[in-house]
Amino acid sequence: MVIKIAQFILIILLSPFLFGVINRTKAFFAGRKGSSLFQLYYDIFKLFQKGAVYSTTTTWIFVAGPIISLSAILTASALIPFAGHPSLVSFDGDLILFIYLLGLARFFTVLAALDTGSSFEGMGASREVQFAVFAEPALFLSLAALARITGTLSISDIFSNLTIHPLAMGEPVIFLVVGALFIIFLTENSRIPVDDPNTHLELTMIHEVMVLDHGGVDLGYIFYGAAIKFWILGTLLTGIFLGAHSKGWAWDYVMFIFGMMILAVIVGVVESVLARLRLIKVPHFLIVSLALAVLALAFTMR
Amino acid sequence: MGILLYSLGLLVISGSCVLCLNRFAKLSNYVGAVGAVLAGMMGVGSLFLNSSPVPLTLPWPVPNGFFSVAIDPLGALFLFIIFTLSALCALYGIEYLRHYNGKKNIGSAWFFFNLLVASMVMVVIARNAILFLIAWELMSVSSFFLVIFEGEKRKVARAGLIYLIATHIGTLFLLVMFLLLGNSHGSFDFIEWSVAPTGFLPSVVFILAVVGFGTKAGFMPMHIWLPEAHPAAPSHVSALMSGVMIKMGIYGLVRVLTFLGMPCLWWGYLLIIIGIVSGILGVLFALAQHDLKRLLAYHSIENIGIIVMGIGLGVLGLSTNNPVLIVLGFIGGLLHVVNHAFFKGLLFLGAGVVLQQTKTREIDVLGGLLKKMPITGLYFLVGAAAICGLPPLNGFISEFLIYFASFKNIFGSIPVVLTALVIIAALALIGGLAVACFTKAFGIIFLGEARSAHCQDAHEPGVLMRLPMGILAGACVLTGLASPLILPVFNSIIVDLSGVPQDRVQPVIFEAVNPLIWIVMASLFFYIGLLLFMALRRVLLQGRKIDSVSTWDCGYARPSARMQYTASSYAQPIVDFLKGILRPQKHGIALSKYFPSDSSFKTETADMFQETVFRPLFRLVHRLAGKLTWFQHGRLQLYILYILFTLVALLIWKL
Repeated sequence: MVIKIAQFILIILLSPFLFGVINRTKAFFAGRKGSSLFQLYYDIFKLFQKGAVYSTTTTWIFVAGPIISLSAILTASALIPFAGHPSLVSFDGDLILFIYLLGLARFFTVLAALDTGSSFEGMGASREVQFAVFAEPALFLSLAALARITGTLSISDIFSNLTIHPLAMGEPVIFLVVGALFIIFLTENSRIPVDDPNTHLELTMIHEVMVLDHGGVDLGYIFYGAAIKFWILGTLLTGIFLGAHSKGWAWDYVMFIFGMMILAVIVGVVESVLARLRLIKVPHFLIVSLALAVLALAFTMR
Repeated sequence: MGILLYSLGLLVISGSCVLCLNRFAKLSNYVGAVGAVLAGMMGVGSLFLNSSPVPLTLPWPVPNGFFSVAIDPLGALFLFIIFTLSALCALYGIEYLRHYNGKKNIGSAWFFFNLLVASMVMVVIARNAILFLIAWELMSVSSFFLVIFEGEKRKVARAGLIYLIATHIGTLFLLVMFLLLGNSHGSFDFIEWSVAPTGFLPSVVFILAVVGFGTKAGFMPMHIWLPEAHPAAPSHVSALMSGVMIKMGIYGLVRVLTFLGMPCLWWGYLLIIIGIVSGILGVLFALAQHDLKRLLAYHSIENIGIIVMGIGLGVLGLSTNNPVLIVLGFIGGLLHVVNHAFFKGLLFLGAGVVLQQTKTREIDVLGGLLKKMPITGLYFLVGAAAICGLPPLNGFISEFLIYFASFKNIFGSIPVVLTALVIIAALALIGGLAVACFTKAFGIIFLGEARSAHCQDAHEPGVLMRLPMGILAGACVLTGLASPLILPVFNSIIVDLSGVPQDRVQPVIFEAVNPLIWIVMASLFFYIGLLLFMALRRVLLQGRKIDSVSTWDCGYARPSARMQYTASSYAQPIVDFLKGILRPQKHGIALSKYFPSDSSFKTETADMFQETVFRPLFRLVHRLAGKLTWFQHGRLQLYILYILFTLVALLIWKL
């Protein structure tokens, strides 16, 4: 139990670090020196020390949005294993709760955006819910495929039973699921090619524009929530690659954290070499992930 | 049984009283409502006090009819939602109908309301087919009169007509179904029907039941009356109709399934397909609506779809001898019946407040109502989150059980696995679309700035309207937290329903209670997180400056409320993506030239089935009926001659 709590705290402590890694990677590609690896920690700390400015249009929903989202994401992170070791909370069917908690976070982020009465934020909110319509079934089916090959229904068990190493075995199910999950991972975390985390111009108005009016503590909460969400969805990917854990917990931990950093580097590379898709193409991109998940399930039926 | 019959009597008496008190509008308003509230309280009390009521059978001068009534666990579940919701809706109705004082006949509105409640109770407790059909017909007719409460409006009258026709077509199928069943058993008492008929009869009866009861419940494509009738009725009646009355179709279907013995394999699949189609198309059409109550009506179709998915899984479990599917499928479906009664009742009551205060149901002209009515807004938000199936509220629990039943079966034989996966994908899609739909409904109506003058004088309603909504919102939260305690209640229902022995039902329920306990813990974790982050925010902001300015508009100097996103623009990306199915119609004047003059834009989405199936079908019927006019010419003498011929023909046939 103590170890599980310690792992949960590690997730909370480590997750903002990955954003530093992404930004460093992007800086490297752009030929810049880049910000500190701990930049997001500084940012959140700075935001926590600020006062607040609220629009006269907004209501308590605007304040509640970031709080509810962060709490929902934190609860979801309690369901996610760390380095292949069981999570704080794990039970049969926890993957359903996991996806729905992310849905709850989205519900209130969207409402907080609509609360400002700004058409920009309305636009972002509208796109966010549209993409979720495609991403959610894809996530469910990907996890169902993993559940089928491991014979379990809890995220922790799935990852501790997943002994097939994707590169060694050439198992198509795993490859397809990784493809599907990677697309969902980029979408849910508002990364290129679906969304551009660096701007909130009209062309890319999705997640960044939804939080345009937030500031101070509220924005700090949103950043923190985004960092944890990045970590827990990333765990689904690294967990597949690391497979079973065997060489003692210290080795597992080091490998896992290293894996998460590699993932962050990959995201940084993707953002450096790819352009954002046209918004009209994003649903097609998401349907690709749905198709990959369905194919993976088809392969599990052989 | 006694208390229940007293409450039934109270409903009839108070209903008749208000009809006599018609001249004193104020008094009749109170008498009618108090009758319904007291009857509801007595009814709920009787369910809890008397666990095993004695069945009652009285002779009745109707051929083949016995006045036999009884309560079993399945009936008790439905009685619970009938009594709870009718009491709350009646309470709300007092204040809602007060505004029609002097303009409308409030006495008759209460008469039909109480009659509707009484007839629904009769439907559930009836144990004789004739009695059942009479109660069913009473229910349809009394709700028809409630729908046409504002019948002087053309749209309302048309909605009433559509409802009347649809419900009678449904009843026609039920009549044939009960005649077939009664004929094969030689009796119309349900108690005689315990031995299932053999041969093709069960399948025929099943189809008739799906069409007949499905019309009432709103299965696609028999749903077309729902989006017409629900918006037309007064809001407390819409809440009762959508929350409870359409569930009578579910009750009837489940009840008839118990008469048919072992179901065929395809029954379960058929129900699941109906569930998926109703669920997905229901929420899609809801998303495309701009009329709040019409949107909610389409959402009822979606939720009926989810319920039918659960029941379909249960039926599939019965035919494949799979206790996990039987227990979790039926519990998921039936629990969703209760949950849907809570949150849809709540949402319709909330929509009633919006309608009463702003005089419009058009989402696009509303906005910023949360500031004018914070309490109603909060309740509506709870309902909206619950209907999306979001944790930690009640909607999640029932959807979880259906998901769980499916996930538990993704390891078995291929047909069952495929079914389970399709259900998982469908539920996930429905969940995503529901979030889009209810962020739209709540966000556009209650948040932002008012989009028109409609919202100017809006204010919080009185306590009689707030209290029922508060109770329902509380029920949504509490059911979410108390789910592990609620699940074992379904034990006896499932045993009764499926004939699976107790010792096989119990372990499955226990298997499902365990995750639910964890979900409750996670919910508490979530609530604690909320409090912590709220406290942290307060501490951090202490002594700091908090400013109020207008929303950031990228430097634009004169933002106006009309620049906000509307319901139509919010839903546009999804609606346009699926325009092949939804076929939205766009009307408007496009912008042209450098200094455009007036322009307008409007979208509307008509019902696919109404346009492509029912309209051509009824046109055909109309044309064919036209060919028979030579037969019906209005000459009385010839009509009497027809009667004579018929009698002679029957006589000869009987000889």
